[in-house]
Amino acid sequence: MQLSRDDLKRAYRSMFTIRAFEERVEKEFAEGNIPGFAHVYLGQEASGVGVCFDLADDDYIGSTHRGHGHCIAKGVDVKGMMLEIMGKAGGICGGKGGSMHIADMNKGMLGANAIVGGSPPIAVGAALTQKLNKTGKVAVAFSGDGASNQGTTFEALNMAVVLGVPAIFVFENNGYGEHTAASYAVGAPSLAERVRSFGLPCEVVDGMDFFAVREAMGRALEHARNGKGPYALETVCKRFLGHFVGDPQAYRTPQELAEARAADALPRFRAAVTGASLLTDEDLDAIEAEVLAIVEEAAVAGVAAPMPDPDRDLTRDVYLKYA
Amino acid sequence: MSRKTYLQAINEAVRQEMQRDPRVIVLGEDVAGGQQSSGEPGGVGSVFGQMKGLFNEFGPDRVFDTPISESAIIGAAGGAALTGLRPIAEIMFVDFVGVCFDQIYNQIAKFRYMFGGHAKTPLVIRATAGAGFRAAAQHSQTLHPLFTAVPGLKVVMPSNPYDAKGLLIQAIRDDDPVIFLEQKFLFGMEGEVPDEAYRVPFGEANVAREGRDVTLVAFGAMVPRALAAAEALAKDGLQAEVLDPRTTSPLDEDAILESVEKTGRLVVVDESPPRCSMAGDIAGLVADQGFRSLKAPIKRVTCPHTPVPFAPSLEDAYLPTSARIEAAARAALAYS
Repeated sequence: MQLSRDDLKRAYRSMFTIRAFEERVEKEFAEGNIPGFAHVYLGQEASGVGVCFDLADDDYIGSTHRGHGHCIAKGVDVKGMMLEIMGKAGGICGGKGGSMHIADMNKGMLGANAIVGGSPPIAVGAALTQKLNKTGKVAVAFSGDGASNQGTTFEALNMAVVLGVPAIFVFENNGYGEHTAASYAVGAPSLAERVRSFGLPCEVVDGMDFFAVREAMGRALEHARNGKGPYALETVCKRFLGHFVGDPQAYRTPQELAEARAADALPRFRAAVTGASLLTDEDLDAIEAEVLAIVEEAAVAGVAAPMPDPDRDLTRDVYLKYA
Repeated sequence: MSRKTYLQAINEAVRQEMQRDPRVIVLGEDVAGGQQSSGEPGGVGSVFGQMKGLFNEFGPDRVFDTPISESAIIGAAGGAALTGLRPIAEIMFVDFVGVCFDQIYNQIAKFRYMFGGHAKTPLVIRATAGAGFRAAAQHSQTLHPLFTAVPGLKVVMPSNPYDAKGLLIQAIRDDDPVIFLEQKFLFGMEGEVPDEAYRVPFGEANVAREGRDVTLVAFGAMVPRALAAAEALAKDGLQAEVLDPRTTSPLDEDAILESVEKTGRLVVVDESPPRCSMAGDIAGLVADQGFRSLKAPIKRVTCPHTPVPFAPSLEDAYLPTSARIEAAARAALAYS
């Protein structure tokens, strides 16, 4: 499927927004403006954007602890996210969720999830709703290579096949589950092969290539939307930083880190679209300038914003109605 | 109004709500039964028959068997609830929540709060609970204290057929996640149950018996035992009030405090080991907020700090009996 110039701009804008947002998160974290900890998505932009590019607001995704990129790719407001990550009252979840629990029901974003393997069962349920209500929509569960080892994931894969729901399982294999190599922790010879053994197709795709991810996701959507049941992708990615911001990454060599940066999806996208004369460097530079201004505004607003008021906010929204 | 068992009341509640609201679905292990087997599907209707007949009436899109995968059952129910359905998920025995507790306490219970009030999760988790079936340590627990301790969950323990139907209908119509603990010891209990749908609200205690001398608070399958103890006390002219809070979360604290204000003496009966139990919880509540009402130390009648044993002699000794409840009440009454 050929992408228009506007499509290409949208793709680059989404990927660069993730890049700029996460670099800003790193900076704000270092300056003490972000409580707790943050897991950034730097390096994996092409995977999240490629997967979400053709999803609508009423297609659902469930995410991971490394969820900022998925939120942005699904269209969640950047300023609302920045305020949320800073624990501010105007955050998208009122400052009650934080980095690992950003959700936006209006964008089909069923939450980042701090429990590794937390999202796949939930995505099966969201997909069940689509099947029973015959909406033609899908639910996507993002997981890492780490979550591919969780029992919840195995249960969700099997249940999705048994119930024949339009769920798409995306395993972003960035080579590390927290601080331990996937080559150590994934006991099967291949993540995708193990997923296939549950009875669903699983494609292995270059997660640093937006176009490859989007095309594979197109096949997944075609499959799921046509009542053929679940589908899976293993997007092979590079994680630029450590498990969390500030992780010194002594377990990775400088050479490996340099190779990860050399595989950067954004310059690769730029080279592809300018080389084919689809967009110019000026087009892309203009997008970058716009995005940087938006992220700047979000960060400045976030630092200035008030925190939630304990008297008003601490005990509300536990239930719709309690005693 | 007609006489029905506790089991029939549960079945009728689900059937009527499924007729009323097409968003209500039932999923779990063997809730239909017999999928792709050589005989007729749908004949099992849950292991105790709670969902019997629903598969045949509502079909495989609304009543469906799942693999034995509790995490996926609860997670799928949570995801479906977030996106517009109203699932009733069954955990065959509440003891099995060990393998899916993350989806309960980290996921569904917290969605609304973590998401800043922008989500609702209208789902019911039905599970059979309680000892007395010679079912041993992994099929006999109540575990209500675990759920009660989790903000975001509501926890229901019906003690009779009328409440079972009305509380379950309330649970299905409720927009928050509800843990509905079916007291399997009471499945055969008969009582008057209206034929039409009705709701019993959460957090409103039932005064199962009025009295002025001592308050007996009991939940679920312990309520009939507390009533039997009250009956025995009445033969000596001692008037016990039996209070059934019906739900442990929300808890009708006012009703408990008001009853103790009247009687000055409190016995809490709880089918649970004593530590971090409802017995301890209510004793703490009354010690904190009803201290001036008390004329005697609070007595707690619980199970021992052991797993549920198998041998009938041991299991009988494990469960609170009406004799133990009566003795505790007499001790409270004798104190001066």
